[in-house]
Amino acid sequence: MAAVQETVEQVRRIDVEQYKYGFVTDIESEKAPKGLSEDIVRFISAKKNEPAWMLDWRLDAYRRWLTMREPEWARVSYPKIDYQDLYYYSAPKKKPELASLDEVDPEILKTYEKLGIPLREQELLAGVVRPEGERRIAVDAVFDSVSVATTFQKELQEAGVIFMPISEALREYPELVRKYLGSVVPTSDNYFATLNSAVFSDGSFVYVPPGVRCPMELSTYFRINERNTGQFERTLIIADKGAYVSYLEGCTAPQRDENQLHAAVVELVAMDDAEIKYSTVQNWYPGNAEGVGGIYNFVTKRGDCRGDNSKISWTQVETGSAITWKYPSCILRGDNSSGEFYSIAISNGHQQVDSGTKMIHLGKNTSSRIISKGIAAGVSQNTYRGQVTAHRKAAGARNFTACDSLLIGDMCGAHTVPYIEARNPTAVFEHEATTSKISEDVLFYCIQRGLSQEEAVGLVVNGFVKDVLQQLPMEFAVEAQKLISISLEGSVG
Amino acid sequence: MNAGIAAIKTEAETGLADTYAAARQELPGGPAVAAARAEAFNIFALGGLPHRRLEAWKYTDLRRLMKDAKPLAGAPDAAALGAARQAAQWLSELGARRIVVVNGTFVPALSDLADLDEGLTIRALAQGLVTDEPLLSADLGTLLPHNEPALALNTAFAGDGVVIEVAAGAEIKRPIHLLFVTAGETASAIFTRSVAVIGAGASVSLIESHEGPEGSDYQVNAALQVQLGDDARLDHVKIVREGGAALHVGTLLADIGARARFNAFSFIVGGSVVRNQMFVRLAGADTVAEISGVSLLAGRQHADTTLSIEHAAPGSQSRETFKAVVDEAARAVFQGKIAVRQQAQKTDARMMSRALLLSAEAEVFSKPELEIFADDVQCGHGATTGTLDDQLKFYLMARGIPAKEAEALLIQAFVGEVIDTITQESLRDALSAATLAWLGERG
Amino acid sequence: MTALLEIRDLRAEIGGRKILNGLDLTVNKGEIHAIMGPNGAGKSTLSYVLAGKPGYEITGGQVLFNGEDLFEMSPDERAAKGVFLAFQYPLEIPGVATLTFLRAALNAQRKKRGEEELSSPDLLKRVRELAKKLGIDPEMLRRPLNVGFSGGEKKRNETLQMALLEPRLCVLDETDSGLDIDALKVVANGVNQLRSTERGMIVITHYQRLLDYIVPDVVHVLAAGRIVETGGKDLALQLEATGYAQYQNEAA
Repeated sequence: MAAVQETVEQVRRIDVEQYKYGFVTDIESEKAPKGLSEDIVRFISAKKNEPAWMLDWRLDAYRRWLTMREPEWARVSYPKIDYQDLYYYSAPKKKPELASLDEVDPEILKTYEKLGIPLREQELLAGVVRPEGERRIAVDAVFDSVSVATTFQKELQEAGVIFMPISEALREYPELVRKYLGSVVPTSDNYFATLNSAVFSDGSFVYVPPGVRCPMELSTYFRINERNTGQFERTLIIADKGAYVSYLEGCTAPQRDENQLHAAVVELVAMDDAEIKYSTVQNWYPGNAEGVGGIYNFVTKRGDCRGDNSKISWTQVETGSAITWKYPSCILRGDNSSGEFYSIAISNGHQQVDSGTKMIHLGKNTSSRIISKGIAAGVSQNTYRGQVTAHRKAAGARNFTACDSLLIGDMCGAHTVPYIEARNPTAVFEHEATTSKISEDVLFYCIQRGLSQEEAVGLVVNGFVKDVLQQLPMEFAVEAQKLISISLEGSVG
Repeated sequence: MNAGIAAIKTEAETGLADTYAAARQELPGGPAVAAARAEAFNIFALGGLPHRRLEAWKYTDLRRLMKDAKPLAGAPDAAALGAARQAAQWLSELGARRIVVVNGTFVPALSDLADLDEGLTIRALAQGLVTDEPLLSADLGTLLPHNEPALALNTAFAGDGVVIEVAAGAEIKRPIHLLFVTAGETASAIFTRSVAVIGAGASVSLIESHEGPEGSDYQVNAALQVQLGDDARLDHVKIVREGGAALHVGTLLADIGARARFNAFSFIVGGSVVRNQMFVRLAGADTVAEISGVSLLAGRQHADTTLSIEHAAPGSQSRETFKAVVDEAARAVFQGKIAVRQQAQKTDARMMSRALLLSAEAEVFSKPELEIFADDVQCGHGATTGTLDDQLKFYLMARGIPAKEAEALLIQAFVGEVIDTITQESLRDALSAATLAWLGERG
Repeated sequence: MTALLEIRDLRAEIGGRKILNGLDLTVNKGEIHAIMGPNGAGKSTLSYVLAGKPGYEITGGQVLFNGEDLFEMSPDERAAKGVFLAFQYPLEIPGVATLTFLRAALNAQRKKRGEEELSSPDLLKRVRELAKKLGIDPEMLRRPLNVGFSGGEKKRNETLQMALLEPRLCVLDETDSGLDIDALKVVANGVNQLRSTERGMIVITHYQRLLDYIVPDVVHVLAAGRIVETGGKDLALQLEATGYAQYQNEAA
């Protein structure tokens, strides 16, 4: 068998067949009635004990959503979604007040254990066999529509950092939330973001006060468990002047043969001299080898470099979901602000990925950098779609973009669709893109040195995505590397 | 995109509909041609003028840019013919065979039809249409959307143009210059359709130039359909030097056979609004295509170069290089798509677009695209935008070259890189001279 | 005693074109065999067929490596058994640090042989030592494999891999190509340090020059896919003077 053919076979098996997180947690849950209406929006708002303005905000979004049309410009196709056939709220039944983690349903704890997400601070703190240098991570665990646990809250509080479910923040810090919510992604932004604004049920809220460097990595772990349930989480992160925070996001879902909708909104605000680093390892269930089931991942993520010298960096490893539609973007409003987008998008089986970024240069001397690595295998379609714009006043704007695609097998497609718009002569934009395959000669060279076919492919693919992997916090890089199915033990250099 | 929201409503759209209703009986063509026109017009009627919400026309919104519809140009009068005699002096050194089309009508009296090379025939499109030849049908498979609006309008309205046929194996030494001239006091609408069928193993060089009066806001919609046989060669150069208020919409359709060599170059220097779109299908295996262009824009010019190149068979190579120099409040658009079909293994395709912005109000929009369905390929594209290199400029000035001249030198070098790829020396010189002239006019 | 490598009547083709036409060759432990021949004689094909490069069709003959049928083994198994090919044009692998590659290769081989994997510090120590001997800047080990390396650096890197992996049979394919005399000396020096009674080598070259530095025990002339003459090291000098014309005629 020709090497390439073997490669194709090998990669075909990579993740679609080996989705390890496809189990279902058997737990009693409380749901809103199926379907979407003003009553459902009111139901969700009431469940969360929200202030009146929040309900109005939601209703306003809902009414607007009714007038909008689902976007069709992305290179993805799927049967029409019946928005009335979904549950918009599902929460594990629990006791009214949760005094400690011990009261979290053991089934849920087990779920997160199985997923490898540490929810028990004590165990973490006890440091049972912790690799040297491993940092502590505070976790907010979102299970279907609600946050079930948030760790390290106390320690974070001491540092002045607010990290809690957004539903809680709406009650405890309503003015802070009100000030920023929807200020980056307005309720009218796009079909899925508007839907999210109407029905979002939970998500994380982070506020890092001026001058504070968040003492640990923050992370949210999203899990969809319930059947026929949409997940609509909302994340809002604010780094005030001179603050720094690194935030990680992970997601998985059970293996089910129907498609499930995930329409999240993430808003980041970086004030003067602040920096936000946002990393995602997206591993929603991708559907089976025949393309049945899987998550529709329609996500709006946007960061606003509102202050001068601010910086927002997005890193994403996209391996899951039947359809991925997301464009984590940066509005470079402050002078000298900078935005980064590092992406690895792997599609296999029948997956469809249409992902990229927007870098909107508004301020002076703003800079942006885009590194995108797409790998298409199976019968998947993998599109990079990106926009770089310099507005009239964006003197000295700089962008560098490199998009590389790797095709494995001749049944898949890899596409690159950049939009480069310069309205200022001093803006310097450089864009390059390549599409290629793994060279037979390189594979043979590796194999001659004793690597198996799989190891050789793994090695080459790993080299291909290395620039992006290096951007991930260490713990995530390891998980990502495993996801990319690669045996690269302890790389040096 | 739902056609429903794009129903006919602007003044230009209504005008076009009225014009069609009045002219449909008069337009040349037998029943089959008439049916093709009706079908094409219907495409327009359903979609209206292309607008920014159509992805392919995102940056060139004809609904906004085309204010009204001009009356169809009639047969050229004596004055127009007189003006045509004086046209394109700057291209007189090419030694090419001039074929002249005035206000959309092929004029044999002004054309050099003597001593045609063996295997070469040149005739008027109108003649062929009258006998119902299917000269308006264009099929490039999936590459050309069936509802492409600019071509649909062309099909609906084109009354004349030039049909060039080169027999298999014929090597046409003398370049053919298709000279499209617009003349006359009143602004009119001119629709031409030309066809070049080049047989297997034949070779020919085709220059296509468009010009017209300054100040007149006439409208040109010119399409050229090329069919290049196996092992054949075509060098095509298109020059858009329309008057400063004119609207020019050009479409090139090219179907390239196996092992053929296709060179296409476009030079856009005139016109108020220009859309130059090219659909090139490398249908046969092992073809080599080199497609490039230069746009020199100033004032409030808007020039859109849109290229779609499809690798439909294995082993072909294509190179695309486009450069734009944008001064004052002008706007340059480049959309370039390389599509590689599943069977087109061993494709080697590279595209580069570069823009130089010379003023604070200049704008550039670039959208290079890759659409790849074959795995054993080498494809890439690059795009840059920026202004003149200050350090280089300073270096030249430090050697005593005045600022303006230093800039001119750098701009010349920037576009020279592409112009220098034109094989015909006299043409290269003419375009270099036109570049110099353009630089001389910079305020 | 079993020969290290025994090639019997080997026939191979690529894309229907016959390249090897009944090649016989026996290499014993401790011997260095030079194979010389004109362009197109089948020198590179021989090296690729021994290493198991896909695309070549074996149409006849047999190759025994330590008595085992080489063609029964996949290319990585051959590598683990000790067949090392120093490529004429070593490949570049972007994003994969040289050291990472060395570790991956060594441990893959050790694993296949049922040996323990080498720990990172041990590996680093060994690689550093070897690099020093070969005059390789340790900084190079951090750079992506062969990416942006000069011709000399690539060949040194091949030699480093050979030294680290300790193969039983080294096949050096045109190792001298693209090297200036200084680089050639360094590489040849590295190769000579690997000479051992336990190891055999096949040095494939078009020119005699390499054999001034890597002195062979036996010299073969390969023409039209067959060994047409075998002699001592003087044969190489003789070829330098007369060229390959006589063999090409003979083969035709």
